[in-house]
Amino acid sequence: MNKTVNQKAWFFVIPVFVLVAFNAIIPLMTVVNYAFQETFGNNVFMWEGTRWFKQIMLSERFHASLGRQFLFTFIILFIQIPLGIAIALTMPKEGVGVPVCLVLMSMPLLIPWNVVGAMWNIFALPDIGFLGHSLNALGFDYNFTQQIGDAWFTTILMDVWHWTSLVVLLSYAGLRSIQPAYYQAAEIDGASRWAIFTKIELPKMKKVLTIAILLRFMDSFMIYTEPFVLTGGGPGNATAFLSIDLVKMALGQFDLGPAAAMSLIYFFIVLLVCWVFYTLMMRNEEKS
Amino acid sequence: MSLELKNVEKKVGLDTHIYRTNLKLQKNTINILLGSTLAGKTTLMQIMAGLDKPTSGEIWFNNENVTGMKVQKRNVSMVYQQFINYPNFTVYDNIASPLKITGVSSDETKQRVGKVAELLKLSGMLNKKPNELSGGQQQRTALARALVKDSDLILLDEPLANLDFKLREELREELPKLFENRDCIVVYATTEPSEALLLGGNTATLQEGKIIQYGKTLDTYNKPNSLVSAQVFSDPPMNIAKIKKLGDMCSFLQNDIQWKTKLNIKDGEYKVGIRPHNITTYKEGNNTLEIKGKVLISEISGSESLIHFTNGNLNWVSLSNGVFQKNVGDEMNLYMNTDEFVYFDQNERLVSNG
Repeated sequence: MNKTVNQKAWFFVIPVFVLVAFNAIIPLMTVVNYAFQETFGNNVFMWEGTRWFKQIMLSERFHASLGRQFLFTFIILFIQIPLGIAIALTMPKEGVGVPVCLVLMSMPLLIPWNVVGAMWNIFALPDIGFLGHSLNALGFDYNFTQQIGDAWFTTILMDVWHWTSLVVLLSYAGLRSIQPAYYQAAEIDGASRWAIFTKIELPKMKKVLTIAILLRFMDSFMIYTEPFVLTGGGPGNATAFLSIDLVKMALGQFDLGPAAAMSLIYFFIVLLVCWVFYTLMMRNEEKS
Repeated sequence: MSLELKNVEKKVGLDTHIYRTNLKLQKNTINILLGSTLAGKTTLMQIMAGLDKPTSGEIWFNNENVTGMKVQKRNVSMVYQQFINYPNFTVYDNIASPLKITGVSSDETKQRVGKVAELLKLSGMLNKKPNELSGGQQQRTALARALVKDSDLILLDEPLANLDFKLREELREELPKLFENRDCIVVYATTEPSEALLLGGNTATLQEGKIIQYGKTLDTYNKPNSLVSAQVFSDPPMNIAKIKKLGDMCSFLQNDIQWKTKLNIKDGEYKVGIRPHNITTYKEGNNTLEIKGKVLISEISGSESLIHFTNGNLNWVSLSNGVFQKNVGDEMNLYMNTDEFVYFDQNERLVSNG
């Protein structure tokens, strides 16, 4: 049998190339273009080298929003990961409870970001919102539109509400994959509940938890819509996280050069943190 | 020391997993639960261990009723088909884990772990983690964990099933040695008759949640009390044929092959069970019977040859020593050793050995 030469198969691949080019490569290269040049419109560009990068790296405004971003991400990871594991541990393992819990857990994940923001905005309004009004009625001086602490509290609460389910679902899947024999072996040894958790469940969940932490890190580090709708970055700049600040700079002030440089720096931070984290978590796995 | 199941029964919903069972296991014995998947071996073991409660009936250990007693208080150890070890403990810590919980001094722990590790050839890998080991070594670690704590009852649930052939053979040979001179009752579940024969001790044949027969392994093998027990304890499966007895002559219903029998039973129809290795390509024993066969499949396993053939409208399996290839459709003569025939009555109960 002779192999037939037929290059027509390329036609099947071309649409993918075109699509990726249009939705990833071309926009990214545009950003790179802006990051190294100055433009005054009319497609006139002047080479600026690394000036915008230096400007951003030295800018206090960038440092402040980067700091806020890390603080926010750290807090929500610190809450969502343990809380997600805890909820997964208490979820039923069999019976009708399983689908009910899974569906209930998935609900927040299905709501669009801007709807979540709007929901929580109304929910937390101090005068008419259920949460805001209740807190004030209980004697707390709560107003997320004016007080920095309250704005942070509300943003974090919203994110925990929206995204803890993801950690729950991943942890639950991890827990369900542990063979019952492990629990029996621990029972025979007389291991305590805590020992079972730390010596069996946690090590066995390591991979899904790595994925959960990575996903939650990336998502929360790039969070935009929800805080934009909820607080708009305020009061002042109190909840202006990196992406909110970036959009302000790019579309509010139209500083395209610095904004493009900031985008690239932002992108590399996400990439770097994910890489470091993944390498650390998987260091022991690769040895075997 | 003894373990006794009295009228034990296990139901889950409407399903009966274990039918009413009475079984007494004596100290210093290896007891094999032999049966196919879903025969109830694991359920029975979990009931013995106290990991599961029987729906009715009692479990007595050393003349003490331990029904419903928690497994932690029972001094039991168990090895599973899957390699169950603590994933982020070293091999040493894994083996030492049962001792740590019971509060054995660190010097003694060290000494005991060292001894068991040597027995199981794990001395060189005490500092490794389970996922750095081969499957065989992982299972050795699990075995070491079970052996280190001097349990009264050691349960092994198909411990070799997940190992590949070479490792299985290797560990299988070491197993009888591991349980020597131990003051305990060993229960070993397996689907393979050859494992039961290798381990010796006592064997219980199980099918569909019932213990069919329990006794010394060789007795159970040589004198199956019923067709079911014989089938469970035969691999490859036993050949079954209907026969007719008239005077001192027996003959197959489906062909005119006849042989003399010393059976002292009344005339009529019976069933005969013939183990594949009693049908060979060469004469073996004093009373052989020639049978013509047409080859269906011929396969070589190790240094033995399996030939599936037809005679009349029945399919037969023969197992001969030596390696040889037969072509499909070949006509050939085979020889049956009539001394090894096992006779069953119409109700499939053992009649007597011929």
